Amino acid sequence: MPVIKNAVCSLCGCLCDDITVTVDEENKITKIENACILGHSKFQGMFEHERIETPMIRKAGKLVSVSYEEALETAAKILVNSKRTLSYGWCSTSCEAISKAIQLAEETGSLIDSTANVCHGPSALAAQEKGSPGATLGEIKNRADLIIFWGCNPVHAHPRHLSRYSSFSKGFFVPRGRKERKMLVIDVRKTDTAKLADKYVEIEQGADLLLITALRSIINGHEEVIPEKVAGVSKEELLELAKLMKEAKFLCVFFGMGVTQSRSKYKNGDGVASLISDLNQHTKAVMIGMRGHYNVTGFGQVATWETGFPMAIDFAKGYPYYNPGETGANDVLVREEVDAAIIAAADPGAHFPQKALRQLAKIPLIQIDPYANPTTELADVVFPTAVVGIEAEGSAYRMDAISIRMKKLIETKFKTDEEIAKDLIEKVRELKRG
Amino acid sequence: MSEILIKNASVCDPFQGIDCEKMDLCIRNGKIVESVSSKAKVIDAKGRLTLAGGFDGHTHSAGKINVGRFMNPNDARRNPVPGLSGKVARTEKTRAQVGYNTPNTYAIGYRYAKLGYTTICEAAMPPLSARHTHEEFKEIPILDKMGLTLLGSNWQVMEYIRDKEPEKLAAYVAWALKASRGYGIKIVNPGGGEAWGWGRNVSGLYDPVPNFEVTPAEILTELGKANEKLNLPHSVHVHCNNLGHPGNYETTLETMKLFEKIKPSQKRQSLHVTHVQFNAYAGTSWRDFETGAPMVSDYINQAKHLTFDMGQLIFGPAVTMTADGPVEYANSRMLHEKWSNQDVELEDASGVVPLSYSPKSFVNAVQWAIGLELALLVKDPWKVMFTTDSPNGGSFVNYPEVVTYLMSAKKREEVYSGFSELALGKMVLPEIDRELSFSELAVMTRAIQSKMYGRPEKGKLTIGADADIAIYELVPEKIDPSVEHEKVKQAFSATAYTFKDGKLVVKEGNIEASPMGKTYWVNAEVPERVDSAMQKDLELKFKKYYTVSKSNYMVEDEYLPNPVEITTKGDF
Ligand SMILES: [Zn+2]
Repeated sequence: MPVIKNAVCSLCGCLCDDITVTVDEENKITKIENACILGHSKFQGMFEHERIETPMIRKAGKLVSVSYEEALETAAKILVNSKRTLSYGWCSTSCEAISKAIQLAEETGSLIDSTANVCHGPSALAAQEKGSPGATLGEIKNRADLIIFWGCNPVHAHPRHLSRYSSFSKGFFVPRGRKERKMLVIDVRKTDTAKLADKYVEIEQGADLLLITALRSIINGHEEVIPEKVAGVSKEELLELAKLMKEAKFLCVFFGMGVTQSRSKYKNGDGVASLISDLNQHTKAVMIGMRGHYNVTGFGQVATWETGFPMAIDFAKGYPYYNPGETGANDVLVREEVDAAIIAAADPGAHFPQKALRQLAKIPLIQIDPYANPTTELADVVFPTAVVGIEAEGSAYRMDAISIRMKKLIETKFKTDEEIAKDLIEKVRELKRG
Repeated sequence: MSEILIKNASVCDPFQGIDCEKMDLCIRNGKIVESVSSKAKVIDAKGRLTLAGGFDGHTHSAGKINVGRFMNPNDARRNPVPGLSGKVARTEKTRAQVGYNTPNTYAIGYRYAKLGYTTICEAAMPPLSARHTHEEFKEIPILDKMGLTLLGSNWQVMEYIRDKEPEKLAAYVAWALKASRGYGIKIVNPGGGEAWGWGRNVSGLYDPVPNFEVTPAEILTELGKANEKLNLPHSVHVHCNNLGHPGNYETTLETMKLFEKIKPSQKRQSLHVTHVQFNAYAGTSWRDFETGAPMVSDYINQAKHLTFDMGQLIFGPAVTMTADGPVEYANSRMLHEKWSNQDVELEDASGVVPLSYSPKSFVNAVQWAIGLELALLVKDPWKVMFTTDSPNGGSFVNYPEVVTYLMSAKKREEVYSGFSELALGKMVLPEIDRELSFSELAVMTRAIQSKMYGRPEKGKLTIGADADIAIYELVPEKIDPSVEHEKVKQAFSATAYTFKDGKLVVKEGNIEASPMGKTYWVNAEVPERVDSAMQKDLELKFKKYYTVSKSNYMVEDEYLPNPVEITTKGDF
C-alpha cells in the first residue's frame, strides 16, 4: 500500500505538512497519521460524506444530472448574458484555481470576492492603515517567550497550532517549550484555549480597541491617563499586562475573528499593529492573524499580485477597482446589483445574511464544489469537483503567508476547480466570438 | 523557422565596440545570426537607436513587492508617469494593469518591455518563501527572470562559518540555490537580519551577530569564497551594513576592501555592492549629513574587483522593501509611516514601508544627487549598473527620467536649481559636467549585466546572442541629448520595437504579444561526500527548527514553466 509522507492538510490556515497518509489498492485513504481531529475528519470525510456525483442543472425547479459539456455551456451562457456577475469564495482551493478565477472575472467584467468578506477582511483594511508587522510561524516556535491569543480559540479552530508553532512547541532559543513560554489569552469568555493559559484576561464584548489603546498608553509611558477600569479590566491588571509584554524577549499576538469581527472591526487590527510597533521600542513583537480557511491567505496573495487588491475586486470597467464596503460580495448582493453569481469552494448559503441570500436565490447561480451544501439549494448549475489537497495538487498559503504545495493523494474522476475555471474561460470566449 | 531582418539599425553594442553604426541585424529562431533568407520579414529601423534588450540587475518585482501592494492599495490608482503607470483596462492582447511603484505582475512585464527591457533580476528571495517569488514570476509576461537567494543571516551559513566548515558551507549554498531555484547569493545587512529577530541590529562589520559568534565581515568573506568555490556565474550581491545612516560610507569602503583578497573564479567582479546611493553618506547625523560619493568613487576608480549599482532616487512616492528589517522599522518610526515586517525563520528578516521623497527635503535632495554623483564620478561605465533599486529609490518606470539625468548636465541643473542652499552645500553634483554617451548608457543598462551575471547571450547583439532587441524612437546623429533631453526621455519611455527571443512584443509603444519568459537558476555540483555530510546537519534543522518539512521546502518543477538550468561544478 502506498504511504505518502509529508502530505499537507488542507483544512485550516496551519497547513500542517507532516501528515502521513496510507492509500489502499482501491484508492481509499485507510490511515491518517499526525493530523488533528479536524484534519482527520477532512481526509476521512472524503469517503463518508456524499459527493455530488455528476454535473447538474436546475430544470423545472429540480437539479438533474447532465453532461459536463452541457453544464459548461449553460454556465458560460449565464456568464455571457449577465451584465454584472459576482464571483465568490475561492478560499478552499488552490492558488492556481484562484488565478484562473480571477482571469475569468476579468474577461467577463465580473466582481470577485473571497470569504475574507465575512472573516479576516478587516485585517486587510487594518494592514492598509498601519501595515502588518509579522513573522513566519517558525520565528514564534524558535524565539517567542510570550504568546498572546487574542479573540481566537486555537484549541478548537486550529488544534495543532499550539503544538507545532506556538505554546507547546520547542524551538532553538526555547528548547524546553511550554516551560519557557508564557501564554496569555484575551477573550470575552473563558475558552478551552484560555484554560491552558498562564493568564487569562476577560474583556467586555466589543471593547478590544479600548484595551489596545490603554495598553499603548502604558507602554508609551502615559499610565497616568488610564482610568480605574478599561474594557472591564482593572488598571492594576492592565499595568501587569503591559509589564509582561515589555519584559518579554519576543512576543507574538495571534489574533482571531474575535478581534477582526467585533465592534470597531478594522480599527482593532489597526490598533494591534500600532501596539506591536510601540512594543518594538522596548522588545521584539510581531502579530499573526489566525486565518481559518486553509487558503484564504492565498486568495489575498494571488489577487494582490494579479490585480493589485486582496479582495472585493470589481472588473466592470475592464481594470480592477477596489472599494470594500461598496464592492464586497455582501454589499453588491444587498444592493441587488448583481444578476448572476458563480460560487466556488464556499457556502454563502450558510453564512450570508438573509437579505443577501434573497438576492442570490433570485439570480442564476453557478456552484463549483465537491460537496452539496446549503448553497446547492440555490444553485442553477452545479459542478462537482475534486477535493484540493486530497484529489488535486496546487499551492496554498499558510496563515503566515508561506506558500506550500499540496499533494494529490488519490486518483479521482472529478475535474479540478482549476480545470473548470479554465474550461469556462474558453467556453465564454467561444460564445463571445459567436 | 521564423526569420526577421532589421535594416538600417543604428546599433550601439559596447561588447563589439560598435557605437551607433548603421547596420542590419538578422534574426532566426530567436537568435542573432549572420544572415537570413530572402523570406525573412523585413523591418526598417530607419536609422533609429538599436540596443540589446535592457537587463535590470536589481529590482524588487516578485515576492516582497506583494506586501507593498497589499498595504498600499492607493498605489494602484497612481498615475504620475502616463503610459507607464496607473490603471489600464484589459485588451485582447493584455491583462488589466494597475499601479505605479507596485504594479500588478502583468503591468510589470508590459512596462519593462515598453522601456526596451527583456530581463530582470529579483534582488531578494528568502529560500523559505521562494515558491511565492516563482509564483509571481509565472505571471510576469515577456521578461526573462532570475532571483537572488538571501543567505546573509542564515543559521546554517553562520554555523558553518563559526565552525570553520568551508566545504559544507559551499555545499549548503549550492543546496539553497537549488531549493529556491535561485541564481546567486544575496547578502543583506549581513547578520543584521538575525539580530532583528531580537529587535536589534549589528553596528558594523566587526559587531558579532547575537548568539552565533560570527561577524558580518566573516559572513561576507566566507560567502564570497563559497561563491567562487562553486564557480557561480554571478558574484555575491551585497547590501551593506548600516544602510541609510550618516557616515555609512566608511562601512561601505570597508566592505569593498574585504573583497580585494577574494579571487573571482569567473571573468567578472568578486563583489557587487548594491544601491550604493543609500550607503554613501558622510557626516555623523542628519544635521551634518552630506555626500560620501567622492570618497566611495575614488576607491572604486582604483579598484578592479567590484561593480555597483546606483539606487537612484526619484522624487515623489516610493515604497521601500528590503530584507533589512531594522532599517524599515526605523524608517516607519522616523516618518510615522505604516510598517510591515516579515521575519523568516532561520533565514532573514524583511520589512516594507511606503514613503515619499521631496526635493524640498535637504536629505532627499542630497540623496538624489549622490546616486548621480556615483554614476558620473566613477570613470569606467563597466563598473556601474543603472538602477533605482525599484521601487526603493523609485519605480523602474522612471528610468527614462534617470537617463536624462545622466546624459544632460542641463537637465540636472534644472532639477537641482530648485534645491535649498543647504542641500547644494552638501553635494558635489553641480561641479560635475560629465554627460554619458549612448554607448556608456548601453553599458550601464544591458552590457555590464551580461558580464556581471555571466549571461553571454544577453546584453549584446553579437552572432549567437538572444534576439532581445530594443529600437528607440530616436536617430542618434540627429539629436543632442544634452539639450534635447525631453526627446530622449520620450524615446526611452516607449520603444518603437521590442523583440524578445526574436518575437515582436512591443510596437510603437503597444504590446503586440506576451510570450512566457524563461527563468534562470543555478545548479552547482558538489561532491557526494560533502553533500551528504551537509545534509545530515540540514536534516536536523528541518526536524527541530523549521516549520516546513524539507521535501515541501524545495521549489518544485511546476513553478518554473520555462526553466533554464545553469550548471556549474564546484572546486572541492
Ligand atoms: Zn534592493
